[in-house]
Amino acid sequence: MSTIVVDPVTRIEGHLRIEAETENGIISRAASTGTMLRGIENVLIGRDPRDAWAVAQRICGVCTLVHGIASVRAVENALAYPIPPNAELIRNLMISAQFVHDHVMHFYHLHAMDWVDVVSALSADPQAAADLQQCLSPWPNSSASYFSDVKQRLSGFIGSGQLGIFANGYWGHPEYKLPPELNLIAFAHYLEALDWQRKVARLHALFGGKNPHPNFIVGGAPCALGGTAGATAVDDQGLALVGEIITDMRRFVDEVYIPDTLAIARYYKDWAQRGEGVGNFMTYGEFPDPLSGADEMGRLFIPRGVILNRDLSTIHPVDLSDETQIQEYVSHSWYNYSGGQDQPLHPYAGETRPNYTGPQPPYDNLAMDQAYSWLKSPRWKGKPMEVGPLARVLMLYASGHETTQTLVNETLTELKLPLSALYSTLGRVAARTLETKLIGDQMAVWYDQLLGNLQSGDSRTHNDELFYPDTWPSSAQGAGYTEAPRGALAHWIVIQDRRIANYQAVVPSTWNAGPRDAQGQEGPYEAALKGHRIHDPQQPLEILRTIHSFDPCLACAVHLMDLDGGSQIRVTVS
Amino acid sequence: MSHDETFTEFLTRRGVSRRSFLAFCTATAAALALPAAAARELAANLAVARRPSVIWLSFQECTGCTESLTRSGEPTVEALILDHLSLDYHHTLQAASGEAAEQARRDAMAANWGSYVLVVDGSIPTADGGVWSTIAGVTNLEMLRETIEGAALVIAVGTCAAFGGIPAAAAVTAPNINQSGARSVGELMDAGEIVTRTLINVPGCPPVPDVISGTIAYFLAYGTAPELDDQRRPIPYYGTTVHEQCPRIWHYRNGEFAFAFDDERAQQGYCLYLLGCKGPETRNACPRVRWNLNTSFPMHSGHGCLGCSEAAFWDRALAVDGSGFTGSCFYPDVRP
Repeated sequence: MSTIVVDPVTRIEGHLRIEAETENGIISRAASTGTMLRGIENVLIGRDPRDAWAVAQRICGVCTLVHGIASVRAVENALAYPIPPNAELIRNLMISAQFVHDHVMHFYHLHAMDWVDVVSALSADPQAAADLQQCLSPWPNSSASYFSDVKQRLSGFIGSGQLGIFANGYWGHPEYKLPPELNLIAFAHYLEALDWQRKVARLHALFGGKNPHPNFIVGGAPCALGGTAGATAVDDQGLALVGEIITDMRRFVDEVYIPDTLAIARYYKDWAQRGEGVGNFMTYGEFPDPLSGADEMGRLFIPRGVILNRDLSTIHPVDLSDETQIQEYVSHSWYNYSGGQDQPLHPYAGETRPNYTGPQPPYDNLAMDQAYSWLKSPRWKGKPMEVGPLARVLMLYASGHETTQTLVNETLTELKLPLSALYSTLGRVAARTLETKLIGDQMAVWYDQLLGNLQSGDSRTHNDELFYPDTWPSSAQGAGYTEAPRGALAHWIVIQDRRIANYQAVVPSTWNAGPRDAQGQEGPYEAALKGHRIHDPQQPLEILRTIHSFDPCLACAVHLMDLDGGSQIRVTVS
Repeated sequence: MSHDETFTEFLTRRGVSRRSFLAFCTATAAALALPAAAARELAANLAVARRPSVIWLSFQECTGCTESLTRSGEPTVEALILDHLSLDYHHTLQAASGEAAEQARRDAMAANWGSYVLVVDGSIPTADGGVWSTIAGVTNLEMLRETIEGAALVIAVGTCAAFGGIPAAAAVTAPNINQSGARSVGELMDAGEIVTRTLINVPGCPPVPDVISGTIAYFLAYGTAPELDDQRRPIPYYGTTVHEQCPRIWHYRNGEFAFAFDDERAQQGYCLYLLGCKGPETRNACPRVRWNLNTSFPMHSGHGCLGCSEAAFWDRALAVDGSGFTGSCFYPDVRP
């Protein structure tokens, strides 16, 4: 038996370590470790609930805004605080823009180099690349001279001998299967996506003033619509720009992102048979339609629910407030629980007391049978859950959403793969691409609803009736849900004497990257890596492929809260 | 660039048109409030054969600062990483992981000892032997200590690296108000925990994209830091308050204030001071440089400035004795 250590795992958000034990080159056991802790929930205790969004949002700057959204919704849920329809629509547009932006950047800038050999692109024939691109889609940057320029730029860079971000990549690894021309196309789109994402981020700047970390507000959206020309960002010109940005986003998804995903997937169909994980999937749901008149669950574009053991015939309901459903274990985490290490806790009753028992840095290895992570292990009714794009696409598919079913079936047909191919590393990558289209297309609907509301004379974006603390009950508690690009996210808040008495976030990457629980059940990353054959332990490309397919976000995943103000931080160093 | 190669030939070999390169130099010179002739000087100075090595260390951070850099319009992140500098270590963008990534850092240090630029985002935890954050089994403090030795210049990007930021924000119920002992680069330098090097603080949560890239561009052109204030911030970007640059200042002077986030006064762009804007006490360039390709900035969209580039912006309402909060850090408790 030998152990492969990958630390730092790069091209992710945050600090992740993977240790994988191999027998005869095949992974038999893996451990996923979050190695950084900031203690943001503890920072929230005692503050004004209206400030929480700004603090909580800084949990992550990649999936920027998701914690802001979950936070304002948690406060609004606690205070039974209704918000105007326009605010709901603006939030939908901002969340969906985040999805489209984040997923495209993940594909090209974080994940692509696991599949694309940048150095191989140097031997591409620009004319052949142009022919291939013209077969793939009508995207206009497809001439031989364009690809010749991109190739020249790349060869000038690599010829300089200073490889920068490409230094020490696993170039030439036999697991890279793409022809040089497709590698060149992917590199061209790496650069184009950098340019495109800058423009997409303007949508957040219009409604929220900036990106990363746009502004939100409890009770609505902090932007005045349709006022004096030039006086605000969201005047008529600003609203028109929102429409243009949505059009540009959707075009890039349709003509670049989807065709590239399909073209690359054709060469990696063996990855449709590995990397599944735990087989259970959960969503909290997202994109309420404020004009539908339905009940809370009926208003959601992406439904809420759980799928167990790949069984798409049943969607189990999820209740964020039910103390027997969502619970966190710390059996293999560097924390203490006062009621015993193996007793799970619901977020309302949660507690976290750092108790580092790992080796003194610098260290070479962690012990998988002991505590080995700053992440906890969240469970739904005791079961590990995968959250994220695959969970959402499955939930839409299982709930009978026709557009999703058509899109999934057509994609599988084109790749000549069965439905079971979704339960894999490649399936996860494909699901992310497909949901980007589903959500991007839906943006046009919310945009039209917003314009329609404005035309009918409703420009309200903020309800200030409950904004000031003297209108609140002295104590309240609530849960705020959202779907972040990386999966189901919720914040739980307890308010006492108009201050935050308790705050807890259970985050997508904690669901996916968390360690084993008291029963020894692995988290999704750990389960997904089992059975991978590693061609070269010095170049563990296969590990990166599967881990990156989840799009890790570790700053989110590691958190700290304290229920009673009496946390005892004692670090014992073994 | 060889001696018998013209500058234009050099750029062409790099796949950069002279026109776009000069446009970048002009925009950067303007952003830094340099004289008109400086654009040419920038262009000449940037045409060096060997791109300066940059090592970027991420500690207790959220990656918002890196994301912000990728939103820069002039210079763009792709121009920086492909044409102007050699980004030899950067967790979010580099291809290599694990030992190969750490080897890339050591290689870059050895090859560029004494001349590389070290960029840091995130604070550095010092409590409990540094176990709050490790990379490759090594504490952040140890990695910083090792890497700063051979650096010519250090840029602390974001409020966490510049001032401690959110990890250092008050945790009033924790045994230690700064739970992880989070420190800024400057604090560690002043305390003698790490060696002293020229340090530029670029605070903001995150900083404005073009402020990050402009600071780097200035160094590329002149090999030094721009003029800094007493908090080591570049004066061209942090020399005046947000309030003084805000186009709504005329409404402020006329006593015209918004009373709600969506009332008629807000729609007319009235001043947001009564809704909690911290522009008067915040030094940054948001209204002048503007965010996301000159699209907007907080007040322009309708929320006041949070003051995110200031050292204590998370703790404005903290009681003097540190026991708790006297109100909201961002919103006045009284209706306008």
